[in-house]
Amino acid sequence: MFRLNKNHILLLKVFLHCAAFLPLARLYYCAFADKLGADPVQVILHFTGIGAFNLLLLSLLVSPVAKNLRQGQLINIRRPLGLYAFTYALFHFLSYIAFDLQFEWQLLISEIFKRPYIYVGFISLLILTVLALTSTKSIQRKLGSTWQKIHNWVYLALLTVSLHYFWSVKSGLIQPIMYICFALLLTFVRYKKLTKNLKRQNQRI
Amino acid sequence: MLIRTPKLSELKENQLTAQSVYSNRRNILKGLGYLGAGALLTGNKANAFNLFGTADKSPFKTRDLSFSQLTSEIDKQILTPDQKVISHNNFYEFGTGKSDPVEASQNFKVDPWTLKIDGLVEEPITLGYEDLYKAFDLEERIYRLRCVEAWSMVVPWIGFPLQKLLQKARPLSSAKYVAFETLYDPKQMPGQKSRFSGGGIDYPYVEGLRLDEASHPLTLMSVGLYGKTLPPQNGAPIRLVVPWKYGFKSIKSVVSIRLTDKMPPTTWNRLAPSEYGFYANVNPQVDHPRWSQGSERLITTGNLFNRNRVATKMFNGYEEVAPLYKDMDLTRYI
Repeated sequence: MFRLNKNHILLLKVFLHCAAFLPLARLYYCAFADKLGADPVQVILHFTGIGAFNLLLLSLLVSPVAKNLRQGQLINIRRPLGLYAFTYALFHFLSYIAFDLQFEWQLLISEIFKRPYIYVGFISLLILTVLALTSTKSIQRKLGSTWQKIHNWVYLALLTVSLHYFWSVKSGLIQPIMYICFALLLTFVRYKKLTKNLKRQNQRI
Repeated sequence: MLIRTPKLSELKENQLTAQSVYSNRRNILKGLGYLGAGALLTGNKANAFNLFGTADKSPFKTRDLSFSQLTSEIDKQILTPDQKVISHNNFYEFGTGKSDPVEASQNFKVDPWTLKIDGLVEEPITLGYEDLYKAFDLEERIYRLRCVEAWSMVVPWIGFPLQKLLQKARPLSSAKYVAFETLYDPKQMPGQKSRFSGGGIDYPYVEGLRLDEASHPLTLMSVGLYGKTLPPQNGAPIRLVVPWKYGFKSIKSVVSIRLTDKMPPTTWNRLAPSEYGFYANVNPQVDHPRWSQGSERLITTGNLFNRNRVATKMFNGYEEVAPLYKDMDLTRYI
């Protein structure tokens, strides 16, 4: 049976870097050159936002695929995918501050606290930041079993990101609903693992 | 009063972005593959995943209009470049993306056209395509258009005051409201075909004004912009422009104007009553439930670094309409 080896994974990683980084670079280049249509700010926000969601879903697709296809090596691309999801989300947030709100800090604070969709978006970013900061192998080793607990927060992020998207659109909910269905599917395939984790935590309490 | 004449020649040429650049923009995004799953459902299928660009379809033909330029002080405001005005549109009948309308509407047929004015009037009127340009003297008006999504543009419209049309039809004393309707033609308007592509809206798009609002001298029936007839994405051949209200009130491609004694239903109000009221006056004090209306990004020239966030003004700066609402609590009547 065909098995992915380290070289394959290296190739996959190179491909991933090209597919994730180059579009982002090109996006900002086009925006700076005023080649993104009448309102480059909106294009950037949509692109980085939906890009972050796509990457987050992809990163969560890795372990079920690796398990079912018995490709253990595949798990190695989960970390770069997650980090790119974080990167896109970060650019999404920074662009919102810099180009949409244009550094009106008061407006930023009031929007974060007053608007549910901004609020849940901000929570999503905070979670992804924690996950990104604790993503290195050495930190993973140091944290031991706590690491898994922290990284289970990704399911909370999945929820808040879905809400953020759902609440942000003006009308036409079909696309957000499709994303939410996919997010639910990815959670559902982990149903056993997640309930087991929860039970274990409850027993300890 | 913001009915002014700009020196068009001063601002126009240097603000243009080459057509090729605009036409290519969508392909850049497509190439990146980040359009989202919705691209599978909406828009023209042939285009959705074409990485190599599509041959430019022949654009809708507009023609020059003759109109009077009102003499007044030169407007210091920078006009939004015409390429931006005609490529960044909310016209869900042609798709929900900002660049969908310009791409999906170029074959839209405007001639023949029939605009009916009826209901509670003494003299119902029917205007054909040519009548739209000839029945009344055309004049140019520079208006700010403030979208409810908190961006705005400055557009040199050409048209005639709705008031003149109403006077000709002679409203009955029982008439209190004016109801407008956009063309319903799913064959030409892909967004009307299904809920997937039309943003979940019940078509035809309908809008309404109180009769005194409709009769205000600022209320314009527009047949052109930037010296030419309207392109389809901006509401050809004739649309409403109510500059002190959020943009969705300014209904496009109008086929019916009906005078009524009851407040007519309006599309966005029906879709989300808590977010979009019947009046929809621009009001920085009343936020949209999901975002602030206190400021807006004014789309003019320049790239991403353009500092274009400006404070939103009451009635979008058209304070002369305030008497229309003098005994109304505008935080309640949104």
